[in-house]
Amino acid sequence: MSPDEFLPTLKTRFPEVEFQLDPLNPRALKMSASGVPEVFAWLRDAPEAAMEFLEFSTAVDHPPDRLELVYSLYSYTHRHRLVLKVDLPRHAPTIPTLAHLWQNADWNEREIYDLFGVFFSGHPDLRRLMMPEDWEGHPLRKDYSHPNLTPRPD
Amino acid sequence: MMRQFPANPDLTVEEFELNMGPQHPSTHGVLRLVLTMDGERVVRCKPVVGYLHRSIEKMAENRTYTQVIPVTDRLDYCTSMTSNYVYVMAVEDLADITAPPRAQYIRVIMSELNRIASHLLWYGTFALEVGATTPFIYGFRDREKVLDLFESTCGARLLYNYLRIGGVSRDLPEDFCERMLAFLDEWEPLIREYEALLDENPIFYNRTKKVGILSPEAALTYGVSGPNLRASGMARDVRREEPYAVYPDLEFDIPVRTEGDVFARYRVRMEELRQSARILRQCAEKLPKGPFLEPQPLRLVLPEGETYVHLESPRGDIGCHLVSKGTDKPYRCKFRTPSFCHIEVFEHLVRDCLIPDIMAICASFDVVLPETDR
Repeated sequence: MSPDEFLPTLKTRFPEVEFQLDPLNPRALKMSASGVPEVFAWLRDAPEAAMEFLEFSTAVDHPPDRLELVYSLYSYTHRHRLVLKVDLPRHAPTIPTLAHLWQNADWNEREIYDLFGVFFSGHPDLRRLMMPEDWEGHPLRKDYSHPNLTPRPD
Repeated sequence: MMRQFPANPDLTVEEFELNMGPQHPSTHGVLRLVLTMDGERVVRCKPVVGYLHRSIEKMAENRTYTQVIPVTDRLDYCTSMTSNYVYVMAVEDLADITAPPRAQYIRVIMSELNRIASHLLWYGTFALEVGATTPFIYGFRDREKVLDLFESTCGARLLYNYLRIGGVSRDLPEDFCERMLAFLDEWEPLIREYEALLDENPIFYNRTKKVGILSPEAALTYGVSGPNLRASGMARDVRREEPYAVYPDLEFDIPVRTEGDVFARYRVRMEELRQSARILRQCAEKLPKGPFLEPQPLRLVLPEGETYVHLESPRGDIGCHLVSKGTDKPYRCKFRTPSFCHIEVFEHLVRDCLIPDIMAICASFDVVLPETDR
C-alpha cells in the first residue's frame, strides 16, 4: 500500500489522530503526536500493514519552533514502506517510546535523545549513545555551537 | 545478586561485572561490552558504542553535495564503494538524475568486488577469532588482488571516493574486464579451499554450531539485515526486494540458511562470494560502451524535498535519508547503517553464553564500528 492508500484506513481507525499527505515526500504521511504509539502498534500487527521492520527513526531540526521525528517502516510481507513524520515543539520535545514494539527503536531513540534532545517517555534506558555521558548540548540541532565547529569557507 | 552455592550451602556466589573492550583485540575496533557474569556465564551484556563518533551527519550539513562523498567513505572502511553508492543514489533520486548505463554497470561491478573484498576480510578475522590463523593469511592474500583492481581504477586501495553524482569519477582502465575475469578464474576455485580449512575442522564445528542462535522473529525486531538475516532463514535482500541499478537484468541467487547460528552466518557469506563472482561475470559480458559520467555543476543545487534510498552492502541494508531545503548543501543526511542494529542484538544473543562464545558471535555478525558510530 502507498501512503495515499493508508490515509483513509488510518483516518477511520484513528479518528482522533490527524493525518495528512506530505507534499515533500511522496512516501510519507504526517501525523499528530497523539497517535504514538497506538498507530504504530496497529501498523505492526494489522495483517494489511504488517510493518515488521523499523528501518530507522530519526529527527530533523527545523528552527525556530519545530522538531520533526521521522519513522521509516517496511513490510517484508507486502514489500511496502511508510514513512511517518511527527512534529514536536522544539523547546520541549517529548513523545512516547516505541521500544516495546521494535527492539531497535531502543537505540534509535537513544541516539535521537543524544543528538537532538528529544525525550522519549517510557523508554527503558534513555542515556546518551554517541556522545560522552557528561556532554552538554545536542549536536545535531541547528543552533548547536562548539569551539571546534567552524563553518567551512565558501 | 548473591545466592547460595548449591554444592556447599555455607558459601555464597555473586555476580560480577566484567569490562570487555573498548581496546580488546576481538571486538573489531572500539566496541565495549559491559558484561555481568555469573562465574563463566554471561547474565547480561550492555554494548557501549560511540568511541568512533565523528559526527559524519553534522559534517555533511556543512558541505556541498559533492564534498560529502569522501566523507561517506569513512562510514565503513571495508566497503567504501557501497557507502558512496547509497549517498550518491539518494542525491540522484532527489535531483532526478539518472547515471548512464555504463556507470550503472561500473557501480554494480564495484559493489560486488567490494563485497568480495569485505567478505574476505571478514573470513580472515572471523577465523582468527575462533582460533585459526591460516584463513587470515588466505583471506588477506586474495583481498589484495581485489584491492589491486580498485587501485588501477581509482588510485585508492581503501577509501575510494570513486562514485560521483551522475556516474563515476573516471572510466575503467582498458584491460579491466580481462584482469577481473582472470582474477575470478584464478580465485573462484579457492573458495573451496577456504571452506575446506574450516568446514572439515572439528574445533571450528564445536565453536560455531548451535552458538548464538538468532531466531527470525528476533532478527526482524532488532532490525537485523543482510547475510545475518539470511542466515536466520529469511531470504531478504534489497537487491531482490527493491532492485536498483542493473540488478534486475542480472541472474543471481540469494543464499539462505535456516539455523541462525554462527556457522550459518559463515556459510551464507561463503555462498555470497560465489554469487558475487557470478554477477561480476555477467557484468563483464554486458558492460555497455558509452559515457561513464553525466557531468553535474560543481555546486549542485537540489530542489526542496526528501527521500530515502537503501541498498545491499556486504553487511546488510544501508540507507540514506536525505532532506534538501533547495540549497547546495544537505539539510539533513541520515545514514541507516546495518552494524548499528547488529550490535544492539548482542545484548539479546550473548545471554547465557561463555566468553569465548562472545568472540565467535561478535565476529560472525561482521560489525564495523565506524559504521555504527558514524
